[in-house]
Amino acid sequence: MSALRIRRRLAPYALVLPGWLWLVIFFVVPTVSMLSVSTMTGNDLDGFKQTFHFSTYSDAWTQYHVQILRSLRYGLAATVICLVIAYPVAYWIAFRGGRYKSSLLFLLLLPFFVSFVIRTQSWQFMLSDHGMVIGLLRDLHLAGDHTQILQTSTAVVGGLVYNFLPFTVLPIYVALERVDPALLEAGSDLYANKATAFRKVVLPLSLPGVFAAVLLTFVPVASDYVNAQILGGSQTTMIGTVIQTEYFTNLNYPLAASLSFILMGVLLIGIFLYARLLGTDDVLEMAAR
Amino acid sequence: MTALVGPTLEEAFEEDRRRAPAPRRGSARRGWLLPIWGWVVILWLSSPIIVMIVFGLNDGRGRVVSTKWNGLTLKWYAQLFDNADLTTALENSITIALLTTIIAVVLGTLMGVALGKFRFRGSGSVTLLLFANIAAPEVVLGAALLSLFLSANIPRGYGTILIAHVMFSLAYVVVTVRARMAGLDPAMEEAARDLGAGPFVTFFRVTLPIIMPGVLAGGLLAFALSIDDYIITSFNNGSTLTFPLYVYGASQRNGGGVPPQVNVMGTIIFAFGVLVALGGAVASRRKT
Repeated sequence: MSALRIRRRLAPYALVLPGWLWLVIFFVVPTVSMLSVSTMTGNDLDGFKQTFHFSTYSDAWTQYHVQILRSLRYGLAATVICLVIAYPVAYWIAFRGGRYKSSLLFLLLLPFFVSFVIRTQSWQFMLSDHGMVIGLLRDLHLAGDHTQILQTSTAVVGGLVYNFLPFTVLPIYVALERVDPALLEAGSDLYANKATAFRKVVLPLSLPGVFAAVLLTFVPVASDYVNAQILGGSQTTMIGTVIQTEYFTNLNYPLAASLSFILMGVLLIGIFLYARLLGTDDVLEMAAR
Repeated sequence: MTALVGPTLEEAFEEDRRRAPAPRRGSARRGWLLPIWGWVVILWLSSPIIVMIVFGLNDGRGRVVSTKWNGLTLKWYAQLFDNADLTTALENSITIALLTTIIAVVLGTLMGVALGKFRFRGSGSVTLLLFANIAAPEVVLGAALLSLFLSANIPRGYGTILIAHVMFSLAYVVVTVRARMAGLDPAMEEAARDLGAGPFVTFFRVTLPIIMPGVLAGGLLAFALSIDDYIITSFNNGSTLTFPLYVYGASQRNGGGVPPQVNVMGTIIFAFGVLVALGGAVASRRKT
């Protein structure tokens, strides 16, 4: 009997162990290893030694704060635009979708069946100097002969909004879908007009979804660099590109590692504040959808 | 008694409902701004897909897809595998995605079942680990893994890509399976055990069939994440190329042109994905 009880006790650990080990070895240990690399000094030829050289962090900041701040700015702009575009769409599907809800969601998720890089590349193709968008704008006399869209921050933020919009719509939709329409009726029975009912009933109930959407959009957007590389130019470099260049071109591993930690630090502070305020389970659930 | 108290609550509600005008559906019909907005957004989201499909059918001579429309052709479909590097990259992507799916589904299902079924010491820290893994920016996941491979002198290639892909898709499988476990009635498993089934028989004959939709959804998610990943892969690929890496490399070289076959392969993957998703939806509708 007691052997059985011990087995029951150990069962969850045995089940969790293989996956846990994978995450510890290839996620936790690498993160710690990167932390240790970030304070090393040396070069690629002679090797790097641990010297607890913390000033790499301040060097990284002075050298690349422009790109870090730009990433945050683009991330913020793209997230806000995503929210403005996504909320009405999520509202439309949740309250007016009727029996076509899942079909509409499916249409919204259609781009996910095409590789992220191909989609971005398609935009490059459409926005290029001889592409169809510029051509159309010229025909409408909205663009001059030398107007360029590619290589501008507009193109980059536009690409980010395009690529991550479904991540914004889904959590808001999930939250709105849970709102009982009877609450709206109750609101109107109590003489609330539509705007008041929205402001006092729907909006507060959808806020967890909005928070999750902000998180799920802002983090990948701010650390993305594919859009900046394909759609942008030298004036739109984001921090991801810098990290990649420091690793692969300049072979300056400590600098690259400390830049990664600065980026993660900035983002994690936000995430953990969020998790503290609202609990992690909701976000995990949203992330899985 | 009832006569004294008057109509019961239910009867009163019934009466109310009969007297009230038809439920207000008017508001649902009135607004036309929302549907227009919704359809515009859907159209906008689909536009690169349309461009991809159309330009996979565009005639041309060059090694890269032409920006002008030169007429309809199926020749890129016929010459789909003429570009050896691109074909290898696609093969790598598909096999890595399949292997990732298998490993992530096995490990993730075990974890998801444990987290959904048992309360145990340390489960909170496991959840936090999963949360951190999902929330961490991709650049950081990729760079951290690279630090490990560099400091341990592990050569990068096919194997390290596979390790990375399992690492970033595992948590998603766990979360979907765990969500499905929450809906599982423990009485089902107890009944199986009362009927003399051991833990393994119970798992494979009772638990697994019930949580199967969650397992399948997690597997599809892992496959989709793996076949589409660029950022993390680019840190750990060595000289091995996957499909997104090849397309990215081609778009960065010589003024940004990709071989026309890229659009065709994209179209085929797209069609395949849509068919699988629709098939799954139809199958699940038939079951319920």
